Amino acid sequence: MKFLTTNFVKCAVKGCQSSQESFPLKYEECQLVQEEQEYNPEFITHMLERLDWNAILKVAHDLGNDRLPPNKPENLDPIMEDDQAVLRDLHTLLLETQIVEGKMVCGNCEHIYYIKNSIPNFLLPPHLC
Amino acid sequence: MKEYLIYFAQAYPNFRRAELESLADLYNIPLDLQHHDETSPFLIVKLENDEQARNIMQRSVLSKGIYELWGHGKSVEELHADIKARSTDKFEIFKERSFRFNFIGYKGSRSNRQRVKLIESFSYMAFTGRVSMDNPQEIYTVLEEYEVTGMAKATTPINLWLGRQIQLSARSENILDKYDLRTRKYIGTTSFDAELSLVSCNIAQVAPGKITYDPFTGTGSFLVAAANYGGLPIGSDIDVRMLKGKGDDCNIQSNFKQYNTSLYFLDTMTMDFTNNALRTDFVIDTIVCDPPYGVREGLRVCGAKNPEKAAGRENVVIDGEKAHLRRDFIPPKKPYELSNLLDDLLTFAANRLPVHGRLAFWMPTANDDFEINQIPQHENLELLYNLEQEFNKWSRRLLVYVKRDDKYKGETTNGLKSQNIKNFRDRYFNGFNEKSR
Repeated sequence: MKFLTTNFVKCAVKGCQSSQESFPLKYEECQLVQEEQEYNPEFITHMLERLDWNAILKVAHDLGNDRLPPNKPENLDPIMEDDQAVLRDLHTLLLETQIVEGKMVCGNCEHIYYIKNSIPNFLLPPHLC
Repeated sequence: MKEYLIYFAQAYPNFRRAELESLADLYNIPLDLQHHDETSPFLIVKLENDEQARNIMQRSVLSKGIYELWGHGKSVEELHADIKARSTDKFEIFKERSFRFNFIGYKGSRSNRQRVKLIESFSYMAFTGRVSMDNPQEIYTVLEEYEVTGMAKATTPINLWLGRQIQLSARSENILDKYDLRTRKYIGTTSFDAELSLVSCNIAQVAPGKITYDPFTGTGSFLVAAANYGGLPIGSDIDVRMLKGKGDDCNIQSNFKQYNTSLYFLDTMTMDFTNNALRTDFVIDTIVCDPPYGVREGLRVCGAKNPEKAAGRENVVIDGEKAHLRRDFIPPKKPYELSNLLDDLLTFAANRLPVHGRLAFWMPTANDDFEINQIPQHENLELLYNLEQEFNKWSRRLLVYVKRDDKYKGETTNGLKSQNIKNFRDRYFNGFNEKSR
C-alpha cells in the first residue's frame, strides 16, 4: 500500500460515512519499505490537487514524519530548484513509501483493519456490514 | 471541413461507432458517424484538420488508419478523374516531400506488377521528392474494395480511394500483440481479453491523469488497459488471492512493470464493493469493470449466510482479543443477487463520478429471455451505449453510462428484479434450457 493511498481510504462501516473521525484512518505498528518508482514531477503536481493535505499530515505523523510543510504546497514548478526539492520529497513520501504491514484504526468505531503483504484489507465482519 | 477516409478493422463492427465517437468527444471534436455502415470497413468523415484526424485515430483499437481523401472512383479512370478534379492544389504542397505508395485491399488485392503499373499512372502529380521505402515523409495509400462472387478470385476492384496517410491506429501499431494474454505474466481464469478491455477503456474515455476505478479487479485486466492510455488505475476486489498473485514476479504490479506503466498504477485493495472504503469526496473520473456474475467466480459480499447462527459472534474472544479484530480473522461471505449488485454499482457511479464521467461495465444476458428493460437505469446516469457481443445462447453487453448534471431527469429501473429474471449462473450451467427460465 502506497502512502498516497492512505489519502483515498476511510472506514468502510456505513455508520462511519458521515463521521469526521473515520478519515484518515489511524496508522499503527506499521512496517515501511522504500520502493523505487520512476520520478515524474507532473504526476505529483497533478495529484496534489486531489489530496486532502490535513490527512497527509496526520498519517505522516502516525508514521513518525513531522517534517512536512503545514500547508499544502501549491503552484510547484518542476523547473524551479526550490520546488524540485519539495517535489522529490513528495515523490519519496507518496509513491515510494510502501506500508507493508500494519494496522489501520477507525477513529469513530475503532474497528481495526490490517495491511498484509502491502495490500490493505477492508473486509468487514458480519455485524458491521 | 475536409474529407478523411477511415479504414476499419474486421472486428466487432457494432462497437466501432461507439469507440470513435467516444474518442472524438474526449478531444472535443465534432464527428458525425450517423452514416456508418457496419458491413463496410470504409467510412468517409468530415474533420477540420489533420490534428483532429490524428486524435481520433491514435488510440483506436477497432480502426486501422485514417487518410486525407484525395479521390474516389469505381474504376481506376474514375479515381484519376476525381483526384484531378478535387486535389490538384495538393500536388504542389507535397511536391518536394519524400514519399512511397502503400496498398490496402479488402476482399482482394492486386499483383506487384499491377501495383507498379498503378503507381506509374499517378505520374501527373509530378512529385519531385525522392521515393523512400523506409522513412518517407508522406505515404500515399491506395485502398481498394473488391467483391467476391462464388469461388472465383476477384480481379477488378469495385471501389478505389487514394488517401494521404495521416495516422495509423493503436491496433496497426500492434497494441493487441503487446497486451495479448498469452504473453502477459500474471493472468487468471477471470482475465479479460486485451482487445475488448482496451475498447472498453476507449469508450469509457480513460485519459491521462484520470482516476480509473475497477471495483472487481481480479487479475487487473482493466487496470493495465487503463494505464496504457495514461489513466491512473485503482482497483479493489473481495478476493485477496487474485490481488496477491503468484509471487513477486507474477502479480498485478509485475504486469505494470512488463508494460512499463508502473508510474500510473495507484494501488489495489481487498474490499467488498458494497462496503466501500474509498472516501466519498475522492473524485473517481471513470469506472470500468466486469462484475462477477457467478460463472467463473461466485457473486459474494461480506456478511453471514445465516444471521441467526452468527448472532453474538462479535463477542467471541481469542487470547484476550476480540476475534474479529485479530489479524488472522477471515470475514464470512454470503451470496448476493446480481440485480442488487448492479443497483449498487449504478448508485455508486451516480454519487462518485463527476458530471460527464463515464461508467462502463459488462453484463451477460440469456438470449431467450432478454428484453431491453433488463438493462438497469439510474436517474442521474444516461445510457449511451448497449453493445452486444453474441455467443451461442447468451450475450455479454458492454453498457456505458454518462453522469449527467442536475437538470437531467432519468428513471431508475431494475428489470432483472422487476421481471424476476433468474440468476445468470443458474441458466448458464443448465445450458439455457427452458426449464431453467
